[in-house]
Amino acid sequence: MALSTGDQSQAVRNGLRAKVLTLHSMNPRVRQVEYAVRGPIVQRALELEQELCQGVKKPFTEVIRANIGDAQAMGQRPITFLRQVLALCVNPDLLTSPSFPDDAKKRAERILQACGGHSLGAYSVSSGIQLIREDVAQYIERRDGGIPADPNNVFLSTGASDAIVTVLKLLVAGEGHTRTGVLIPIPQYPLYSATLAELGAVQVDYYLDEERSWALDVSELHRALCQARGHCHPRALCVINPGNPHSSRQVQTRECIEAVIRFAFEERLFLLADEVYQDNVYAAGSQFHSFKKVLMEMGPPYAGQQELASFHSTSKGYMGECGFRGGYVEVVNMDAAVQQQMLKLMSVRLCPPVPGQALLDLVVSPPAPTDPSFAQFQAERQAVLAELAAKAKLTEQVFNKAPGISCNPVQGAMYSFPRVQLPPRAVERAQELGLAPDMFFCLRLLEETGICVVPGSGFGQREGTYHFRMTILPPLEKLRLLLEKLSRFHAKFTLEYS
Amino acid sequence: MQRAAALVRRGCGPRTPSSWGRSQSSAAAEASAVLKVRPERSRRERILTLESMNPQVKAVEYAVRGPIVLKAGEIELELQRGIKKPFTEVIRANIGDAQAMGQQPITFLRQVMALCTYPNLLDSPSFPEDAKKRARRILQACGGHSLGSYSASQGVNCIREDVAAYITRRDGGVPADPDNIYLTTGASDGISTILKILVSGGGKSRTGVMIPIPQYPLYSAVISELDAIQVNYYLDEENCWALNVNELRRAVQEAKDHCDPKVLCIINPGNPTGQVQSRKCIEDVIHFAWEEKLFLLADEVYQDNVYSPDCRFHSFKKVLYEMGPEYSSNVELASFHSTSKGYMGECGYRGGYMEVINLHPEIKGQLVKLLSVRLCPPVSGQAAMDIVVNPPVAGEESFEQFSREKESVLGNLAKKAKLTEDLFNQVPGIHCSPLQGAMYAFPRIFIPVKAVEAAQAHQMAPDMFYCMKLLEETGICVVPGSGFGQREGTYHFRMTILPPVEKLKTVLQKVKDFHINFLEKYA
Repeated sequence: MALSTGDQSQAVRNGLRAKVLTLHSMNPRVRQVEYAVRGPIVQRALELEQELCQGVKKPFTEVIRANIGDAQAMGQRPITFLRQVLALCVNPDLLTSPSFPDDAKKRAERILQACGGHSLGAYSVSSGIQLIREDVAQYIERRDGGIPADPNNVFLSTGASDAIVTVLKLLVAGEGHTRTGVLIPIPQYPLYSATLAELGAVQVDYYLDEERSWALDVSELHRALCQARGHCHPRALCVINPGNPHSSRQVQTRECIEAVIRFAFEERLFLLADEVYQDNVYAAGSQFHSFKKVLMEMGPPYAGQQELASFHSTSKGYMGECGFRGGYVEVVNMDAAVQQQMLKLMSVRLCPPVPGQALLDLVVSPPAPTDPSFAQFQAERQAVLAELAAKAKLTEQVFNKAPGISCNPVQGAMYSFPRVQLPPRAVERAQELGLAPDMFFCLRLLEETGICVVPGSGFGQREGTYHFRMTILPPLEKLRLLLEKLSRFHAKFTLEYS
Repeated sequence: MQRAAALVRRGCGPRTPSSWGRSQSSAAAEASAVLKVRPERSRRERILTLESMNPQVKAVEYAVRGPIVLKAGEIELELQRGIKKPFTEVIRANIGDAQAMGQQPITFLRQVMALCTYPNLLDSPSFPEDAKKRARRILQACGGHSLGSYSASQGVNCIREDVAAYITRRDGGVPADPDNIYLTTGASDGISTILKILVSGGGKSRTGVMIPIPQYPLYSAVISELDAIQVNYYLDEENCWALNVNELRRAVQEAKDHCDPKVLCIINPGNPTGQVQSRKCIEDVIHFAWEEKLFLLADEVYQDNVYSPDCRFHSFKKVLYEMGPEYSSNVELASFHSTSKGYMGECGYRGGYMEVINLHPEIKGQLVKLLSVRLCPPVSGQAAMDIVVNPPVAGEESFEQFSREKESVLGNLAKKAKLTEDLFNQVPGIHCSPLQGAMYAFPRIFIPVKAVEAAQAHQMAPDMFYCMKLLEETGICVVPGSGFGQREGTYHFRMTILPPVEKLKTVLQKVKDFHINFLEKYA
């Protein structure tokens, strides 16, 4: 189907001219970009769905998209209060309707007052609606036990991804061996590798320790950094906490965060803390500690000097509002002139989507216990989180029962990242086909069960190990069936290639 | 050497001192104060500084929200604090944001959006059936039947189909393929993405991108950021800002010396100029692009904003197709549209699409891959776009009100366009070309020599100096022509025609009074 270079010359011979924009003439960095979460396996899943639609017979009746952290796509309901306020903002005629609670109306009016022309349709200031930035700052303060947050350091964004890309963009400079290097965890959420490829920055991998629940070791950070210094100028360190695709206990501990901050300070690294799963912490005894809070509590010299950018989003947590593309970044100790530059860069794209900003506002300032909507809000929120916790536990249990599959405790986020044993003959077969062994496994899984997961090679893993990332998002009972199906498939696959 | 190269790359004529720096220092000072920087005894230098940051980002300028707008913000804060000024409010005539200036959203659009946002309302008697039908259709096509799910990176399928159907209707039956439609986060996102894919090479083979002068400064900003080469072609002010193919030829020939010109950007209807290209002109441009092997970008976000009775919008896609297979099978084209302009003014939703023609299939694959990293455009913006391309039709319940509202908005804009043009042309020292379309006036202003000197003393472009004075004395915020580009020695400003008619008249009168005073002061 795709026109190769050979076909291009054929096209020319057919009287069609060679194109201006080809694989050869395009931006070479863009060519390097890969994003496994929506990569080749998901394209295959789409094809299979279309075949099912066309009535082609398959060993399954539906494709399960367990590749992406999209809770609502898997049946999770939006939080009622959020959608009520947003509907009131979208269509203010509804403010006179008896079907909406008073507190929702109050919120909507407050947000609209802060919008140009009192409408979600006006552009906002590029850093986001001032009122909402203030609400975000207050949320951060409450979350961090009173440690102050300055609204001027809060920038709303089009999902967290947008802000992460913006900050990374600022950091990339130099050439050759002075080119900016960025430390990222392996395994990682592949936005990082994709962005570094696009920006032509140098990716510096640090490995999380699978044997110890994906622990982050400062000694490994040291190792990575030293190796990197020969060929690039390391300037930034990215941490994902709670983790994606894995979910580690160690990163979440306060001690670890302090150690990371100390390391970043000593080695002069700008810290990026991706905290979009801060509301998804399940394991008993685990607690989310924001990098900002720990940094401040460490006092001088760290608190007043360590440069940090922390990210949050409306896509995860208990909200699951992925489609609205809401998010923010809080910058700490950023150079004032650079902060102006960041604002300038954001201004070229005008502003983040205003409905997403409005949603974020509700996420950071939910109903108070005295509000009429509180009871329902709280119930819905607890239900979502409780179900996620149950599904996290179930996933761990079922996978660990399967020989050849081992799954670290899913302590947070929305994914399991189990390790799978693949027989040597399967590895060989994969190599014959030019596929990563875990891609081969996942493709076969997809073809035979309709279950779409993302191979570990899309996130990075230690050489010779194989994993896949599967979301825990399908409804509980369906999840149970999927986990069992997958385990059975693995057993069958292992037998086949023994 | 590198700096010289960088200057050449800018491609602009006059080397105006960066107006960004001026306001930056005062804003930065305020920022520092707010940041409450703790005085450490021996403060380390930061990792991320102006010196160490991405130089390409540093080079970026975007005048529409640049220094003068920052100044306007400061003045607004001062007004809020009760500081006395010769005016009681700042008028933001710098940005094409209709709803911020009081334009009402289209009722039907907001009804469908509310139904999609909170589907409980589908049971409410307060919403018309045709709105509910569309909401249900959109929701059916969303994951989990919710706007809250990510969509496919290319956009929700049925919306892409609707966009294709719209394009086909708009272009008198010239077919559009949904597979060539990509929904985007506003048109800016699509433009930025296509330019990104196009930029390659190094040194003399670095990609050159042809842009109109004056331009909408998204283009120069993205070119800076991507470290591509900006190649200016001048629109003809004497001739209603027409595009002259000879000028295109001149520009591309000169550019070949120092870069590899690959892309030609057209804005039609124009921004800031408001000119609407004739069909003949579009054909000439397409032929030129075909001859010179240039990838065509057609920014058509103002396609619904055509006011002059002598002008008509012709899409590049349609004209290309009608020019026959030699062109229509070969010229690579990307056309852009948005929910932000037209009669909708839904800027905050960040809705948009691009239609790509004759792209290599492998490139389309690369495009989807690049878009997938950001997952998807905001689904509510996609829904808004759907209603724009699939509005109520005759026979539907909401049709009458919808038509009325749409015509009212467009009629109002046309009236304000004429009003602005006429009033400006009454002022000695201001000349305003006919506002054929879009949302802006871009009048030429005469700035006396003494004022030019005063500006230089302040290290400002003369028209920035003028606009700053205008802002400080009247509260009216417009964007200096230097932010869009103009011929050396000429000065302009861009002002929107968006304030309500009566307010607009007042604003125009104030500008007139200011200008006359200014001329006297610097005689």
